[in-house]
Amino acid sequence: MTPASTVVRAVQTPFQRVVGDFMANPVAVFGLCLLLLVVLAAIFAPVISPQNPYDLAQLDVMDSRLPPGSPAPNGGHYWLGTDDQGRDMLSAIFYGLRISLAVGVISTVCALVIGLTLGLTAAYFGGRFETLVMRVVDIQLSFPAILIALILIAVLGQGTGKVITALITVQWAYYARTVRGAALVEKRREYMEAARCLALSPARIVFRHLLPNCLPPMIVVATVQVAAAIALEATLSFLGLGLPITEPSLGLLIANGYQYLLSGKYWISFFPGIALLLTIVSINLVADQMRDVLNPRLQK
Amino acid sequence: MTADVSALVELKGVSKRFVKSLDLAAKIGNRFGAGMKEEVVHAVDNVNLVVAPGEVVGLVGESGCGKSTLGRMTVGLLPLSSGERFWQGESLAGQDAGTARRQQLKMQMIFQDPYASLNPRMRVLDIVGEAPVAHGIIRGTQQVEYVGLMLNRVGLDPTLMRRYPHQFSGGQRARIGIARALAVKPQFLVCDESVAALDVSIQAQVLNLFMELKGALNLTYLFISHDLGVVKYISDRVVVMYLGRVVESAPSAELFAQPNHPYTQALLAEAGKVTPAKRTFVPIKGEIPSPLDPPSGCHFHPRCPHAMTKCREAVPPLIEIAPGQMSACFLNTP
Amino acid sequence: MIDSDEALTEPVLEVDGLRTHFFTKAGVVKAVDDVSFTVGRGEVLGLVGESGSGKSMTGYSLMGLIDPPGRIVDGSIILDGIALRTLTPEQQRHMRGNRIAMIFQDPMMTLNPVLRIDVQMIEAVLAHKHVTREVARARAREALVKVGIASPDERLQAYPHQFSGGMRQRVAIAIALLNRPDLIIADEPTTALDVTIQGQILYEIQKLTRETGTALIWITHDLSVVAGLADRVCVMYAGRIVEQGSCEEVLAHPAHPYTQGLLDSVPANNERGQRLKQIPGMTPSLLDLPPGCPFRERCSYADAECEVSPEMRPAGGPGQSVRCFHPLVPVHS
Repeated sequence: MTPASTVVRAVQTPFQRVVGDFMANPVAVFGLCLLLLVVLAAIFAPVISPQNPYDLAQLDVMDSRLPPGSPAPNGGHYWLGTDDQGRDMLSAIFYGLRISLAVGVISTVCALVIGLTLGLTAAYFGGRFETLVMRVVDIQLSFPAILIALILIAVLGQGTGKVITALITVQWAYYARTVRGAALVEKRREYMEAARCLALSPARIVFRHLLPNCLPPMIVVATVQVAAAIALEATLSFLGLGLPITEPSLGLLIANGYQYLLSGKYWISFFPGIALLLTIVSINLVADQMRDVLNPRLQK
Repeated sequence: MTADVSALVELKGVSKRFVKSLDLAAKIGNRFGAGMKEEVVHAVDNVNLVVAPGEVVGLVGESGCGKSTLGRMTVGLLPLSSGERFWQGESLAGQDAGTARRQQLKMQMIFQDPYASLNPRMRVLDIVGEAPVAHGIIRGTQQVEYVGLMLNRVGLDPTLMRRYPHQFSGGQRARIGIARALAVKPQFLVCDESVAALDVSIQAQVLNLFMELKGALNLTYLFISHDLGVVKYISDRVVVMYLGRVVESAPSAELFAQPNHPYTQALLAEAGKVTPAKRTFVPIKGEIPSPLDPPSGCHFHPRCPHAMTKCREAVPPLIEIAPGQMSACFLNTP
Repeated sequence: MIDSDEALTEPVLEVDGLRTHFFTKAGVVKAVDDVSFTVGRGEVLGLVGESGSGKSMTGYSLMGLIDPPGRIVDGSIILDGIALRTLTPEQQRHMRGNRIAMIFQDPMMTLNPVLRIDVQMIEAVLAHKHVTREVARARAREALVKVGIASPDERLQAYPHQFSGGMRQRVAIAIALLNRPDLIIADEPTTALDVTIQGQILYEIQKLTRETGTALIWITHDLSVVAGLADRVCVMYAGRIVEQGSCEEVLAHPAHPYTQGLLDSVPANNERGQRLKQIPGMTPSLLDLPPGCPFRERCSYADAECEVSPEMRPAGGPGQSVRCFHPLVPVHS
């Protein structure tokens, strides 16, 4: 038997195509670069900060509330000024980014895992389990996120772990609902029938066959949700209910400087605010492009 | 029920009902006398089917006739509403998980859509090799070699196994689907419109492949199709369905030479031959009825040129009119 | 049967050297590559080919429905003396639905699911003719009767989803006929329908084209449909016409090896139990077609001569021509 002709379409894995399409949009590339800068700044904060803002030995309260550009004792400059404790704003922002991003990413990843598992199994097995899970999701999504977070913090108390728990609790419902919608559509496809015909176990079918095909919308939701989680955590910290003072995120930094806003010392709130804004905007730009790139109907 | 031991696959009194039950609002409405009824679709209505080892049984009919549903029930993808399935004379109902799993592997399905029937995010190596490894037919270390063997058998270049489905043409994907089914060493294949989506020239290649595999691997086929030309070529026996019921069943040569049931006659008249003679199309009147609201008695009577009063009132039984030839029409029982 | 050798019918459509190319990231796809044919008044031309042959793209090119990254790069399309490519978009819009109409494989490409049938049909009439709504409605009703739809008044009030597939296709045909076009292009309209319904539709079409004298281009991959319906047939492969001629001649005495291969592959033309005669290999990718005859790789008659692209030349019966260096019927000198 002679083999059928080996003519095959362009040799490109799905991943290569996604990357190629993504890079075609200059705005998205800009967003990605900005995001990379933010992430690198966060990771290498101890290395690039002129000063460790949480080492009390380095601080001098006499340096507090200095405007941007003021000279620093060790010869450099306080490029973005100092806050009311004498901390260098630039360093505080780098460390703050670290915490904000870490909390945002960890809570998103955990919520994603929980939401995916619940949503997929609900869609695949259906019946009462699905009804139960989806009603819980509906109830949760009808409350404002901030309200749920506040109630949880009030019940659990403050602390980094508690904040992350609150963020996870608020977010998992989005993932569960989105993935269930995608899974209901994919479930009826013939390759799913083929998997059942081959007598594969339900666990294998759900995680090996169903999950990878439901991921594209999830990647978009997750990317946007990281930004939302960061914003929510910043809100909580601003209200004084979020992370403790020993681990100040950008939100807390903004809160610290709030009282000085109208008396001319804008930089204590303003620059952390800008940093937060840049972070969220870059994440959203990347997420937007990812959504277009991963949508099969928009492909040429 | 007892079954024919010489048959490979047998379906007895098999039916499939899709029920859209009343929701809470409708039930409340009924309390107030709204008179809403459950919607029941008799997709398959009391069908008997016997497939002998090594046979190719062609299952034909138009949309809504239930052939795809019947195919899925035969292979175990859809549960039966009533009736029983038999494999080599033994009932398949109530088997324990392990036996049921081993049984499932003996009956495989080749799907219609070469684009939708392969997981777009898996490489061909995994599409074909996953099940044999998962079921212990081969060891994980043997997967590459085994998949290569399967691909060769269906006429594909084994070096392509690390590619994704979207990098192949429709005909090649159809072959991958066949390789996937063959990898679990089945004895019985249900081909659900497997060549319908393919171009004529590729269709010929795939049909030839089916016949070669049948000979080489001792396979038995249930070949579902709406294309009478294909069915006539490949089948030993043909079963004709209309709106969930079998209307005629006969060896291929007899059915096409002397169709008995009026629906079969109409279907064959429309089949179309590629003879260079311009012809006038003589249409069969009426639309195919909706399965939600089928005609009473014989489902075909509104469109039948020979309909009698009896046909509206009673369901004609499937009776043997000649050796091996069955037909469900009151014209045969004067 | 219309004998195209004697100019009994002056052509309603003349296509000459049509080329439609798609300029994609991966390269240039020559979907339609030097296609020429004529259609006489009231004639039925079958355009036959498999997927990737360019038959649908030819139909879309005639209607002016090619979107970027594709465009018509060369050739002329002359409908009843009017050169379509020279028209402004506004003028082209005036022609579409009026002088030249199209029926698609999926009737939902014609029908808007949220509008009632009468609204859609009246809109189609009023877009091109200056008549009152009552007259337009009467024409719509008349068109529905012509395509064999019973109780047309009720059907006019209905929505597309309330019809079956066959009925929807009839409505699409009725819409195509509304403004009495000179030419209708039908792109595989019966492929998705059941065999018995297909028979009904073909019967109606046959009756209508005889009555109204509308020319018809029937695009299909199904040789049996073409066999019963068409007067003349063009066989397409890889964007080119490889054979043309009267339907009877081409199907009885095919000139091109591809046509012969297609006819041989049909199960109905083979013996039960014998291996189907198959064309080896696959249709080539239109992205980088090698020079010369596109069928070369799969042809048992190919030789070094075929490395140059063959031109169409007359061969076989009257009006038959073939694009091949080794045709299966004698060539006219």
